[in-house]
Amino acid sequence: MELLGLYYYWVFAILLMIGLYAVIVKLNLIKKLIGLSLFQAAVFLLYITMGKLEGGTAPIVTDANANGLFSNPLPQVLILTAIVVGISTMALGLGIVIRIKEEYGTIEEDEIQEIDK
Amino acid sequence: MTAFHSHLPVLQVIVPMLTAPLVILLNQKRLPWIVATAASLCAFAIAVTLAMSVMAGQTIQYSLGAWPAPWGIELAVDAFSALMLLVVTGASSVALLAGAQSLDKDIEHHRQPLFYAAWLLALSGLAGILVTADAFNIFVFMEISSLASYVLISGGPDKRALPAVFKYLVMGTIGATFYLIGVGLIYMMTGTLNLADMAFRIEDVADQTPILLAAGFITIGLALKAAIFPLHIWLPNAYTYAPNMVTVFLAACATKVAIYVLLRFDFFVFQPNLVGHDFQFTFFLLPLSLLAILVGSSVAIFEPKLKRLMAWSSVAQIGYITLGASLLSVSGTTASVLHIFNHSLAKGALFLVMACLGMRIAQLRIDNIAGIAQKMPWTMAAFVLAGLSLIGVPGTAGFISKWYLITASFESGAMGIALVVIILISSLMAVVYIWRIVESAYFRQPEEDLVITEAPIPLLLMTWVVVLMNVYFGFAPGVPIELATGAAELLHGQTP
Repeated sequence: MELLGLYYYWVFAILLMIGLYAVIVKLNLIKKLIGLSLFQAAVFLLYITMGKLEGGTAPIVTDANANGLFSNPLPQVLILTAIVVGISTMALGLGIVIRIKEEYGTIEEDEIQEIDK
Repeated sequence: MTAFHSHLPVLQVIVPMLTAPLVILLNQKRLPWIVATAASLCAFAIAVTLAMSVMAGQTIQYSLGAWPAPWGIELAVDAFSALMLLVVTGASSVALLAGAQSLDKDIEHHRQPLFYAAWLLALSGLAGILVTADAFNIFVFMEISSLASYVLISGGPDKRALPAVFKYLVMGTIGATFYLIGVGLIYMMTGTLNLADMAFRIEDVADQTPILLAAGFITIGLALKAAIFPLHIWLPNAYTYAPNMVTVFLAACATKVAIYVLLRFDFFVFQPNLVGHDFQFTFFLLPLSLLAILVGSSVAIFEPKLKRLMAWSSVAQIGYITLGASLLSVSGTTASVLHIFNHSLAKGALFLVMACLGMRIAQLRIDNIAGIAQKMPWTMAAFVLAGLSLIGVPGTAGFISKWYLITASFESGAMGIALVVIILISSLMAVVYIWRIVESAYFRQPEEDLVITEAPIPLLLMTWVVVLMNVYFGFAPGVPIELATGAAELLHGQTP
């Protein structure tokens, strides 16, 4: 049961692989971006779970709870930055897809390659 | 050291970063270009000052917001980052100085302020990667520079840049995310993001699975960003269809900054601590480097599009750089770092020549430049000299790093002779693909009467400046060799 006990890492790994699969296999550029988004979201989950401590609370130290159990806030702060990066990437990616649609009239990778030949 | 002096590492990043939004507000004809160029030159001046301090034996450290090191973000400049800063800011400044007309041709006037803002963001991102000593900070700067360079590459008139940049975006994001996973796993085990602190603390947990996993993720992720064969497939199209000046800038430094991070992580954090990692590193990188050299050169020989030919040659040259590092000796790493510098000079000059030709010819193909040396003698003379440097002919910068690489290969025993043979074969292949262009430009008759003139003066002038630097550093390679040796000694943990 030890393997299932780490179910949050399984969620990370499976989500990561679903995302990567979509990026590699799908020919539709929007679907590729959805895959990429899932791929990044998986990493967000990895960071957030690593900071969580069972029974831990937000690290606001007062006299009353000076010896309490606190979760690590740093991974959440880090991942906030990574989420912003992810959003920018997605916005830029979608912008490029729109431009591709304007220029090529399609967003299917195989058709674009056909036109470029 | 004055107060101003001590702030130089952070100014290196924030000067271009803060100029970027200013540039957007400017819409007079030449003003965005002037301001962007000034910011880039300013960054270059800072890089020169930092390099001089490093060569005078100072270690430059800076705590952002005065928070002391493992808690706050630390900036540090040593010989390796100083050399890379020179390359990055120098490439940006040369490309901007040379490129006003070329960029006018590729980018409409009303989009220019945004374009130059993206350029400055790419510059500040690349500079940021080089000055920071914080693993997560590297990720953030890597994404700033990547996002900005996607914009730069797709900014041109060629619609084929769009699918190319989409591919680059997808692969670049996967690479950066892999790096992020690796950093996360290390943070989980060591609780630190500062590279020096990480190298110190990782020792206790070095045999644990997450650390081994992290080493794999980080190496693959950065190899993607660095376009190490076979993860290079985003590179040829992205370089080919980008605006000519963007190719000059990015080809000279973007992939090399990823190699910088790869070497730094591997040599500082993993190799001293992980059992057997050095062997794995060589086993992973050496065959790939050789394949990159041979495949890249072979494809270049048969490629009819000039810029694509140069891009494939870059794939091969990245192979030389990683080959040096994979030998795991001080002399090998010196050769590797030196080749980063010299290849930037040679490839920068060659892509500047492409930009010169691009001003006068619509389609840059080998057949289209038949007989062009009669009309553009200075451009093609620059091409010949830069090509000699790329091949590694004595008297040029390219020779110095090839020489170091061959010396380092001989030191590595029996295998070394095979390596030297491959290096020589691929140099001959470089002769072939450079010769094909020279032959077409000098010895073929133009099909019809070409009514073209020499490239614009500023562009030609900067091309020649870089070409002459190739020659200068071929005869007087003292400064880059000193910095490269310093960098290699740092990476191998020897105090210089």
